[in-house]
Amino acid sequence: MLAYMIRRVFQSVIVLLVVGLVAFSMFRFVGDPVDNMLGQERTQADIERLREQLGLDENFVVQYWRFLEQAVQGNFGLSYRQGRPVADILVERLPATLELALVSGLIALIGGIALGIFTAIRKRGIAANLIMTGSLIGVSLPTFLIGIVLIYVFSVELGWLPSFGRGEVTDLGWWTTGFLTVSGLKALILPAITLGLYQMTLIMRLVRTEMLEVLRMDYIRFARARGIRQRSIHFRHALKNTLVPVITITGLQLGSIIAFAIITETVFQWPGVGLLFINAVQFVDIPVMAAYLMMISVMFVGINLIVDMLYFAIDPRLRVDRKGGH
Amino acid sequence: MSDISTKPPSRMRSIWDSDLAYSFRRSPVALVSALVVLVLVLCAVFAAFLAPHDPFNPATLNLMNGFTPPNTNNAFTGDYFVLGTDDQGRDVLSTILYGMRISLFVGFAAVLLAMILGVFLGLLAGYAGGWTDTVIMRVADVQLTFPAILVAMLIFGIAKGITPPEYRDQMAIWVLVLAIGLSDWVQFARVVRGATLVEKNKEYVQAAKLIGRSPLAIMIKHILPNVLNPVLVIATISLALAIIAEATLSFLGVGAPPTKPSLGTLIRIGQEFMFSGEWWILFFPAATLLALALSINLLGDWLRDALNPRLR
Repeated sequence: MLAYMIRRVFQSVIVLLVVGLVAFSMFRFVGDPVDNMLGQERTQADIERLREQLGLDENFVVQYWRFLEQAVQGNFGLSYRQGRPVADILVERLPATLELALVSGLIALIGGIALGIFTAIRKRGIAANLIMTGSLIGVSLPTFLIGIVLIYVFSVELGWLPSFGRGEVTDLGWWTTGFLTVSGLKALILPAITLGLYQMTLIMRLVRTEMLEVLRMDYIRFARARGIRQRSIHFRHALKNTLVPVITITGLQLGSIIAFAIITETVFQWPGVGLLFINAVQFVDIPVMAAYLMMISVMFVGINLIVDMLYFAIDPRLRVDRKGGH
Repeated sequence: MSDISTKPPSRMRSIWDSDLAYSFRRSPVALVSALVVLVLVLCAVFAAFLAPHDPFNPATLNLMNGFTPPNTNNAFTGDYFVLGTDDQGRDVLSTILYGMRISLFVGFAAVLLAMILGVFLGLLAGYAGGWTDTVIMRVADVQLTFPAILVAMLIFGIAKGITPPEYRDQMAIWVLVLAIGLSDWVQFARVVRGATLVEKNKEYVQAAKLIGRSPLAIMIKHILPNVLNPVLVIATISLALAIIAEATLSFLGVGAPPTKPSLGTLIRIGQEFMFSGEWWILFFPAATLLALALSINLLGDWLRDALNPRLR
């Protein structure tokens, strides 16, 4: 168990180092950093001095090490476009994205598990079949089209919900939240559904498959034979055993929710880090791109690690296997 | 007894009689989606002949034709447009036909790139083993940690930073192919590597080694044909994903430029007119994209089931 954990942590560090190398190479080789920092009026001496100041005359490995040192402290330099420290901009934008990801994650999880159980129990029902067919179309539908359809129906035609922005936000000093105002909550509904829908179909199909598998098992048959109520069989016996893969997938999907937030944030002009990133790509704002890459990879790798650890907490069989093996 | 022919059946006949073709004839979903894909691809290929107008030639454009609703004659010029026009008076049907050509081109080219790269690296990793295998599969693992669309955006951003500004619009299509292709090779590599590990211990490979064929020849001439089935399935599904990825990138403004719009760019343009009531500028490109992606997806699903012997 301990050896496994140490190996996983070690692997994660390697992944982060590789991503760091990619981010560093972007700084170093895409455009000339000196060129980007000095204005039109510069002399050769200026260039030389800045080169020395930035440590660009050192060899590659030393430069990479410096970059990592800075990155760990959250220092990614100034945004080429806004001229402010990248770290400040990211911290300012992060709450919007995290709130959006949290709500859509909850929608996906709750909706996905509920629909998954429903379609598994009423396998032959008309409603269940309709839901399954609908989910197939939902998987083929690009995220941005879902967003556009929702805007068309609920903002343009019905006029119920806002089509862009975050509404009024409350500033808590270190965090801005849209949860406390009516307009903030209203603005959250459409983006959260857009972002959560795809993950919801994934979780639903997974829960359904797992549930059908478990319901065929002998212990379920014996539970039926013992006369335990249907409800209790479905929720206490069957559901519990479908949760391990569901938690894995949900955990891994959390990462892609943050990545797919880029698309949703662009459709709804939601002022989060995703919109920041896409603007950075459009204007080739390398520091912002690199910082976003590092931030998101720390999240991804962290989530992967936690999911792996959760395995042990949830599934006792794994613990027994490990002990028996050694 | 003379009607029993000893002649081998013709090539066409043996294709028609194959399991795959039989399953295809029996599946209405596969037939319909194949038909839709075929029609759309033909429309895209022959866009220059089918399009009623030339939407990218400023000489034939008339701003007076702007915002003509579908299936009406323009109030000022009297020109007729089946699917209406956009703000600059470009015929929506024609822009869709040309746009689909770009979308399909990027999709096919990107999948081809991903396939060649992935199959080659997968064969190499599986056949060579050792540290070659370790390095290739580690890189694959790291890349798989990130969603493909994010990787594609990153590659697009870097490539944009490297190309000089005056070439950016021209290069955009190729940059898209590169970005989507490089973001998608891992799937191919993993499957091919797995199949290669099984194949390389079989007798025909041992025999080929014995007669002194070079490793490259063994990989490409002997192993490759035996691992192609799953590659075909992944390629079909990848094609749908690549077309959606292209549309997404273009929609986000990091793809095909407005001077050479793909379906995604057209949707981006159309979205601006959603609130003012010119729904057709958005609706028709979006519907086309949906039809394309959905039918390729369904075709891929069918192919996966048909080629999987366990499901028969």
